[in-house]
Formats: sequence, C-alpha cells, structure tokens
Amino acid sequence: MPPGKPRPGSLLRSVRTVFLKDWRSELRTRYAVSALLMFVITTIAIILFSLGSESASADALSGMLWVVIFFASMSGLSRTFVMEEERGTTLTLQLAAPPAAVFFGKLLFNLVLVTGINAVTVLLYALFINGFVIRTMSIFVVTVVLGSIALAAASTVIAAIIARANTKGTLYPVLSFPIMLPLLLSVIEATRKASEGAFFAEAGGEFQLLISYIVVVVVSSSMLFEYIWKD
Amino acid sequence: MSDAVRCTGRDIRKEFDRRSVFRGVSFAVERGETLLVTGRNGSGKSTLVKIICGVLSPTAGGVTLEVNGATSPDARLHAGLVAPYLQMFEEFSPLENLQIASGLRGMPFDRSRAAGLLERVGLAARLHDPVRTFSSGMKQRVKYAFALLHEPRLLVLDEPTANLDDEGIAVARGIMAEQRRRGALVVATNDPGDVETFERSVDLNAAG
Repeated sequence: MPPGKPRPGSLLRSVRTVFLKDWRSELRTRYAVSALLMFVITTIAIILFSLGSESASADALSGMLWVVIFFASMSGLSRTFVMEEERGTTLTLQLAAPPAAVFFGKLLFNLVLVTGINAVTVLLYALFINGFVIRTMSIFVVTVVLGSIALAAASTVIAAIIARANTKGTLYPVLSFPIMLPLLLSVIEATRKASEGAFFAEAGGEFQLLISYIVVVVVSSSMLFEYIWKD
Repeated sequence: MSDAVRCTGRDIRKEFDRRSVFRGVSFAVERGETLLVTGRNGSGKSTLVKIICGVLSPTAGGVTLEVNGATSPDARLHAGLVAPYLQMFEEFSPLENLQIASGLRGMPFDRSRAAGLLERVGLAARLHDPVRTFSSGMKQRVKYAFALLHEPRLLVLDEPTANLDDEGIAVARGIMAEQRRRGALVVATNDPGDVETFERSVDLNAAG
C-alpha cells in the first residue's frame, strides 16, 4: 500500500501514539501529576485543619470528597490540550493525526491520570478525614470508577474548547461546572449512600445516570471534536 | 514514487473576525512543478499554506488534492509541511519525534528510514538528544525529516531556509529539487533566493 494511504488499524495506532506521547511526556516532565498531587494534598490539609476534631455529616464529607476531586481535575486535566497550544504543537498534531485519534488518545491519557489521582485522593481522604467511613464498598468502588470515566470524558472535550480561548485558566472551571453538575450530583449522592451502608441496588439510579452521562458525553464529543480541533 | 498529483485552489477567501486576509486566490500545481506564494508581511502566506495543508478551513472557496486522478478526502494524508511556526515535541529526541510522527499517521515505524532522513538533514550525531537542546537551525532540520517521513505527494514549505546555515540551505535545496521529481512543491517566501525555479505563482499582495 502506498505511503499516505490510511491502513487498516491505523486509527488505533494513532490513538495509541497520542496516548503514549502524552504518557512519556508526563513521565519526563511530571507537569500534570505534580499539579494534581499538590492540589489534592493542600486541599485535604485545609479540610483537616478546618474540621479539627469535629466530625462532619456523611452528606458533607461525601460532598467535600468530590469537591477535592472536581477541582483537582480542573487543575490538571486541561493540561493535555493547553500544553499543546502553549508549546505550539497543536498544528503538528493537526497535520499528522486524525482528529478522532487525538480525542480518544487524550481521553485515554486523562482517564489514566484521573483514575490514579482519584485513587490517591480517596486513600488520603479515608486516612486523614475524621468520620469518613465507607460501609458499602461495592457502591463506592463503582462510583469512583464511573465518576473517573465521566470526569475524564467531560474534561477532555472542555479542555479542547478552552485551549483555543485567551482566558484558559478561568474559563475551565466556569465552563466545566454546568456541564459536570449532573455528574457531581450523582457521585455525591452515591458516595453518601456508600457511607450510610445502603444496599448496592439502592444506588442503581445514580449508576444509570452516570453511564448515560458517559455515553452521551463521549459520543457527542467525538462527533463535535473535529470542528473544535480544526479551526 | 511516480504518482500523479495535482493541487488546485479555487477562489479562496479567508476572513478572521470579519477582517479579510485575502480573496479570490486561485492556483494549480502538479507533479514536477513549484508554486511560489509571495506577499508582504500579513498578506496571508502562512494562512494560505495552512489551508493548502488542510488544517485551516477557508471562509469561501476550497483546495482539492488529486492523487492519481482521485480526489483525496484529506489533504493531511498527502501533504508535508515545514514552517517556522510548526513545533516539534521538544522533550523527545529527533528519532522519537519521527516515531511519533509515524504512529500519529497510523504507519509502522521504519527506524532505518527515519535514521536515514535525520542523517540526510545533518543530525546523525544527535539522534538521541532532546530537541529542546537544539538550536533553531537544527530544529528546522528536524522539521524537514518530520515532513518527509511519509513521502508526501505535496511538500509545502513556509520560509524554507529560515534559521538554516549554508549547509542547511544546501540540504533544503536538495530536498526541494527531489520533491519536484517525485511530487509537487509549494514554497511561501519573501526571499527570492529561496526558490531557484518555479512554474506557478500566487501574489497575495494583489489579493488583499
């Protein structure tokens, strides 16, 4: 087959290359991981000092956990596209890779990043925050997994949009909040149920909403991405 | 490679925020030919170059790229670009950059071809050093290797000798001559010394 023609499986190879490029770049620079970890540690420390020896309600602790995760994601996940824009490599990617490969490669990278950071956040939160107890672990694990996927999916496409704007830093959380509100309400409610010891089936509604959210965001983002990416 | 290639631009107009950059730009260039794009600073040479490469949409009109008589749905597949505003992935070595370029295009990585290209542009001794440690001229050489890796039918050069020393300019001229034999060449420049011969030209000063 002559060079320049798309080959079977070439999209998968392109997706893998985008992911590995970002992964290796992160291993060398540790830019996003450092920003995320510092944010998580600082925020948990502030919550710890604010609470002192007091114990907050399950509602409040569930909400605070996802506030930490939401803002940590805001501080780190936008880097995937903003970094390309700042380094001037957006054009390089546009020239060489199909838009779908860039979207799914970046989505995969954000997913790995947010899953890792969420695991660390949950661990630190459980260790240091007084009164945060998970009684139904199955609900909590499914919530964190689905919440991480949904966060990665939404933040990837929002990052692609704001990377082209002049006010990148402030626009990201502002634009993310209304888009992520259904996701945040669901994960906070499911986490509350996990800490109150509800049966797994009782969180079924939240899980259905999260799965629907992921499907809608991934499908619509992959369809819109070419228009966001090209101009 | 002996494929026929023809790149045609028809009545292209580009506006940014309702400000017209150029209008009514038409051209055609085919295998064995060079299209020279000239114009003063701000006349839209780089904008036209990006439109030809398929990474920027025109406000009106369009560019078609035909390979062996069939219109390519995606110019990106067949075009290679070298430009001062094109950046390499600087935390990676030139060889890694070519590996990335190959993977992004969905092609298997041919290490010996990549090393050969880097040797041709004079970077054989720096294959494994991060690009961020390179001078601007060396980065320009990496861009040539990056653009040539997939054997583009259409090579688009914006300021082709920018940052290059005499040896680098000689390499760039050799690449331009070879591209004319195997495909089409587009050169956007204000330096008449950049292009020895050209068959077609577009003057963007007249299209503002």
